[in-house]
Amino acid sequence: MFKFIKKRFFTDFKNSLRVGFFLALRQVKNSSKWTNFLIIGVMTLTFLNLVVVSGVLVGLIDGASNAVGKRFLKDIFISNLTEKKFILNTTEITEILRANPNVEGFSARYTEGGKIEANYKTKLRQDDIGDEVSAIFAGINPEDENKLTGIKSLLIEGEFINENDFDRVVLGSMLLDQYAKIESSSFPTLSGVGIGSKIRVKVGGYTREVTVKGIIKSKVDELDRRIFFPEKQFRNLIGRFDLNASEIAVGLKDGASPIEMKNYLNNLGFNEFAKIQTKEDAEPKFLKDIKKTFEILGNLISGIGLAVAAITIFIVIFINAITRRKYIGILKGIGVNARAIEIAYVFQSIFYALVGTIFGSILIFGFLKPYVDAHPINFPFSDGIIVATLSGTMMRVLVLFIATLIAGFLPARIVINRNTLDSILGR
Amino acid sequence: MIKATNLVKTFKTGDTKLTVLKGLDIDVKKGEFVSITGRSGSGKSTLLYQLGLLDHPDSGKIIIDGVEVSKLSERDRTGFRLMELGYVFQDYAIIPELTALENIMMPLLMKGFDMKKAEKQGREALSRVGLLDKQKNLPSQLSGGEQQRVSIARAIVHSPKIIFADEPTANLDAETAMVVMKTFLDLNREGQTIVMVTHEKEYADMTHRTLFLNEGILENK
Repeated sequence: MFKFIKKRFFTDFKNSLRVGFFLALRQVKNSSKWTNFLIIGVMTLTFLNLVVVSGVLVGLIDGASNAVGKRFLKDIFISNLTEKKFILNTTEITEILRANPNVEGFSARYTEGGKIEANYKTKLRQDDIGDEVSAIFAGINPEDENKLTGIKSLLIEGEFINENDFDRVVLGSMLLDQYAKIESSSFPTLSGVGIGSKIRVKVGGYTREVTVKGIIKSKVDELDRRIFFPEKQFRNLIGRFDLNASEIAVGLKDGASPIEMKNYLNNLGFNEFAKIQTKEDAEPKFLKDIKKTFEILGNLISGIGLAVAAITIFIVIFINAITRRKYIGILKGIGVNARAIEIAYVFQSIFYALVGTIFGSILIFGFLKPYVDAHPINFPFSDGIIVATLSGTMMRVLVLFIATLIAGFLPARIVINRNTLDSILGR
Repeated sequence: MIKATNLVKTFKTGDTKLTVLKGLDIDVKKGEFVSITGRSGSGKSTLLYQLGLLDHPDSGKIIIDGVEVSKLSERDRTGFRLMELGYVFQDYAIIPELTALENIMMPLLMKGFDMKKAEKQGREALSRVGLLDKQKNLPSQLSGGEQQRVSIARAIVHSPKIIFADEPTANLDAETAMVVMKTFLDLNREGQTIVMVTHEKEYADMTHRTLFLNEGILENK
């Protein structure tokens, strides 16, 4: 007679689990297709909100960071020591790089600070200053640079310089009024300068008039504030006859480790002549800081998204349980225990979260991410991508599941805890 | 089989108190088919809910098959209902998302029967009420009489000691009501104890004993 009281906990739990699953399955299967479609739609959108919003936020900065890496720093960035103006023994370093099988390519750049002046022919008096901006002057081997960074693809006007050009330059877009007009005297730009314009450059004590051959826009400040010369002419201009460059960007072959390459160069003693950094080391600090800030912001927005998801599930399950209060009462009346009914609702929540997550993942990884990777979002200061790593996504799936579990369990509990008879009679 | 003594149940609505059961005693023997009648609002169903452990009396003692069920916790009352009691409600009370067979299988699955055994026993119960051919139908595909017979099949499938039926014929036409009553009578002939609430004299007269609830006290009729 008292067997039912002495039933062991796990047998009870096993039966509850089985009945809960059975009820959940039938309820989902036989409930309105449109209701299921709507709930799954909400869960899919919630999952997209969780992953994509933070992914785009982080991707916005990752796009900028990727651009810095791809167009400027590459895998290893070698620059002059703080106390030197250039990299000592550049030739020795480049010979080693050329001989290394892990190196895909490199570009040695010669840089120097200088000024660019435009519209000087229309000055009223000799000592008036025309449009003048400070810029970084860079002498490059156009072919090496293009092979390494694809700089020619960044042209928005005109043509790129070639090795034998003389007094012809390429300007970064941020030096020009039409691309980067900022109403501040701290950030002057040149107005009315386009392809074929004559500008005056002042560098290393020399002043020359050169012609604008091309304009590039890379969304990398470091590049867009530069003026590019063919290496040969630039070295003559600044009197750098020793071939010692100011920076060398090195691209590695797929699979090669930048850290190993950095250590290799350091072990050869080149760290005495130059600062050898991986892309991560050399990345501007503000970019790292913004990346961290956006990650926090992304997590904050994800947290809000998660709360919205939990509340949505709570409301859906609560309405479902309230409208089915009578049947919950009947189930309890015929001996189905509260745990089994709670499990039924938790299983339903899990089902909706699971299907929503699967659809969301297919949308993100099957369509959205590959599409945005191929066609980055054109933000003013970066080509944004969606950052959605497998581990990060799995973590969000886990958090969503836990939130769903709680949000499914609580309303069911509230309704189930009501008096059995009141539920049956709808009181 | 059932022995209840001094049952009191009072309902409160605001400041108003209404005592429906006023120290009521009832004794039902094993294998009896007892009907409880009374005027509308006399508390027939309230009494049935107390005896069937769906509600708590304010005071009094209920002993079913030697167990003082009025002292059981909520969890144990649910377990007791599963193991020992069967219910037939006035409005059939079957779960709309489950087929006829699945509705009947519920108590068995909760008791730990495996799916195949529960299906087999469920079909036997459906066969007893003449609805084997409707086993895969959802409640919405069954008539009122058929739904009530599914409800009876669910009440008997786990061989309970007592079946409590609350106005089982109230929503049915005379012909269907007779089919339901015949099912109860057949079950009772096989030894099933049944307690039925009804306001229809015709059906009350078919039972062994009719108790009339008047002013919160039972009178033998």
